[in-house]
Amino acid sequence: MADLSINFAGIRAPNPFWLASAPPTNSGPQIHRAFEHGWGGAVWKTIGAPVLNISNRYGGLSLGGQRLLAINNVELISDRPLDVNLREIAEVKRMWPDRAVIVSAMVDADPKAWRDIVMMIEDTGADGIELNYGCPQGMSERGMGAAVGQVPEMCQLNTHWVTSVTKLPVIVKLTPNVTHITDPAHAALAGGANALSLINTINSIMRVDLDTLQITPNIGGRGTHGGYAGPAVKPIALNMLTELMTDAEVLRSGVPICGMGGIQTWRDAAEFLLLGATSLQVCTAAMHYGYRIVEDMIDGLSNWMDDKGFATIYDVAGRSLPQVSTFGQLDLSYQAVARINPDKCIQCNLCYVACNDTAHQCIDLYAEGGIRVDPGFDPRMNGKGVADTRPTPVVREPDCVGCALCVNVCPVDGCIEMVSVPSGRESVTWDQLTAQRPAVTQQWAAMEAYRDEAGIEIH
Amino acid sequence: MEPASPPSFAFQELLPPFTAHEAAVEANRCLYCYDAPCLQACPTHIDIPTFIRKISTGNLRGSARTILESNFLGGTCARVCPVQELCEGACVLGKDHTPIAIGRLQRYAVDHVQERGVQLFQPGTPTGLRVAVVGSGPAGISASAELAKLGHSVTLFERRELAGGLSTYGIIVLREPVEVAQREVEALKALGVTVTTQTELTDRAGLDLLLSEYDAVFLGLGLGAVPAMGIPGEAHILDGLGVIEASKVAPETLRLGERVVVIGAGNTAIDAATVARRAGADTLMVYRRTEHEMTAYRHEYEFALHEGIRFTFLTQPIEVVAEGGQVTGLKCVQMRLGAPDSSGRPRPEAVPGSEFVIPCDTVIKAIGQEKPALAVALGLELEGGYIRVDDTLATSLPRVYAGGDCVRVRGSASTVMAVQDGKIAAAAIHAALSMAVPEHGAAD
Repeated sequence: MADLSINFAGIRAPNPFWLASAPPTNSGPQIHRAFEHGWGGAVWKTIGAPVLNISNRYGGLSLGGQRLLAINNVELISDRPLDVNLREIAEVKRMWPDRAVIVSAMVDADPKAWRDIVMMIEDTGADGIELNYGCPQGMSERGMGAAVGQVPEMCQLNTHWVTSVTKLPVIVKLTPNVTHITDPAHAALAGGANALSLINTINSIMRVDLDTLQITPNIGGRGTHGGYAGPAVKPIALNMLTELMTDAEVLRSGVPICGMGGIQTWRDAAEFLLLGATSLQVCTAAMHYGYRIVEDMIDGLSNWMDDKGFATIYDVAGRSLPQVSTFGQLDLSYQAVARINPDKCIQCNLCYVACNDTAHQCIDLYAEGGIRVDPGFDPRMNGKGVADTRPTPVVREPDCVGCALCVNVCPVDGCIEMVSVPSGRESVTWDQLTAQRPAVTQQWAAMEAYRDEAGIEIH
Repeated sequence: MEPASPPSFAFQELLPPFTAHEAAVEANRCLYCYDAPCLQACPTHIDIPTFIRKISTGNLRGSARTILESNFLGGTCARVCPVQELCEGACVLGKDHTPIAIGRLQRYAVDHVQERGVQLFQPGTPTGLRVAVVGSGPAGISASAELAKLGHSVTLFERRELAGGLSTYGIIVLREPVEVAQREVEALKALGVTVTTQTELTDRAGLDLLLSEYDAVFLGLGLGAVPAMGIPGEAHILDGLGVIEASKVAPETLRLGERVVVIGAGNTAIDAATVARRAGADTLMVYRRTEHEMTAYRHEYEFALHEGIRFTFLTQPIEVVAEGGQVTGLKCVQMRLGAPDSSGRPRPEAVPGSEFVIPCDTVIKAIGQEKPALAVALGLELEGGYIRVDDTLATSLPRVYAGGDCVRVRGSASTVMAVQDGKIAAAAIHAALSMAVPEHGAAD
């Protein structure tokens, strides 16, 4: 049985699953209930400056009947009185000493304001502080949230104000609404952050209602941008996590990273861990299905770790990072081709149309008896013998560039496989090639000469 | 005591319409195959992946247009097509999963426009040419619609009170209510087709008269009556098609006994038995061969069993027993299977001395329909008793075309095949008429 417990910058938790600072962590009774379901920790919904929330607050993204692939919100930080929040934080921590209770905070860019809130948080007995430099809407217009996270100098200064007055671990939560996620990360480290967490929500307009022509959510006839989160943002979050985990300065600092952004199942969680996160936060999935989802997250992760022989979270953490590379370090001579398993193929021919229309026209249709045929049918057949005469797609391997579009459109798991084949060329990366022969990056003639030499045919 | 007429709920459409949510979920399941097998398996070649995609995007009017462009009777076919044998049978998801419910999705899209009276098609630019269509069943309606869309002036003749033929009178309400067929007739009228009911073509003189008034004639005559069995007491036997008709257009007049025997085991026989069963009767079907030879589709047979209809196989009726004008039983003889006959099926032979009587108070026969008798009277060349046509559905008489069940010697009868016949004949008539009439000014 795998040990899922973690020690994240000194914050201990029985498992890495924390509820993110958001509506699921709005109050004491909620977090109490969440802990009963097994969550390893919770980041209390951001406390700080006085706010008023508006109605309504959420927009949802549906696709193909699948609800809530993403959610966007125009909700602000906690609108409950500060003293109520602080009292409940203290009560929850007293009742659940083994769980991580972290308080998210956001106040004006003023050292006194930060010192005051930090003192109040310390008094609750909470395990750590998370600085919310991410909120993309509402607070940023007031100079808080993303307005801090997007300006490295502000990020560093605000972080420093906090770290200089507290002994609690300080996590800086980064906004993804920047060009380079490493810039605010470096600033947070310079400000003394003990850990980083990412990603906060992404600026978004979710939808326009085609009946009313209103932006969704429609707030009394007006709409605004909101923070985008949920399963659809996971690839963006994984990339930003990877950017941090492959950044020399972040690695040198040794700070742990809490991953979040679209974690819905233990599988998503495992991916974040494999790319270097050592604690995880979840919000949208809990908002969609409730706290109960954590049971399968813990169970599934534990079973997978047992299957793989990983004893602790730290055995998993970062295991896939060595595979991360830059484009310039990839082997230009590597060759893969698509191969379609005729036994699994259901002949929907989506691979054929995708390849023929938008890729490299290297899939042919073959009828029974090995005769190549064109798509289409004889109307006089009146549907008779369809199953027998239905053509099967076959990859013309010498012409396949290995783009893998067909694999991605195929609806049958494992039907199309990308198979590595010998290219007959010596291994070379773009970085090596351009170092050896700079002209190939400058002149098409030089590039063509190199291609001829190497035997690379582009059709 | 006079049996009561059946409760109205017994004669409602079997499958409820899809809700918007059900339709969306089902449509989103479709893979949107390229060069899709369902499209190929449909005799009218409806672009099924496209119409389903349009449902999934909420473009219901576009979806219905995609369907009705290929099949003007898309509402009828959505209900009566043997989809298990055609589109759904070809669905790639059927290989290891459940095929898409194509029929019900088609019904959802077509009903959406037809219930709202949305007319998707306009008559073509008038050509000044006139076509008479005889018979308002699926073949006749299909041909009329296609010709009207091409700009021809079409008059559709129907001998009965309501147009629609088989769709109106011959398909049980559980599968297709009368209103659905009538909506298709209304859509036809909206295309400018003149529908003339209670007018019958009976002989060659009538056909010649049509040919003198019209530039072409399409015959969608259907089939003849249920054949006589030639057994004593036959006068007491009800005609299965008559029972189905009554259940559709005048269910309050339907008076079946408590114990009904249906002779035959085709799809019409099962329909007639379903009517009897739904009317509350204990219903037994008798068939002289076994379940392996019965012509009903497997899913129809299973449906009948599910309805509580009983079957007795290898049973040949030989006499209707009646007392004082009231049926009391059906005398039958036990059969056994012998050597294959001309149809390739084992020939049933009577077991000597095995006569027995099935007590009952109503006997219905549904043992197929006779070949179209009118075909002979019209003086057209025949083929196996059906009207002889070529690939363009032209008959032996110039300017006369035919389609639907009256030419169905070449294949199995079905509504969707009749619809396709209407399309083929309309295209052929249009091509022939276009050739015969030079463009204005071309003669100078």
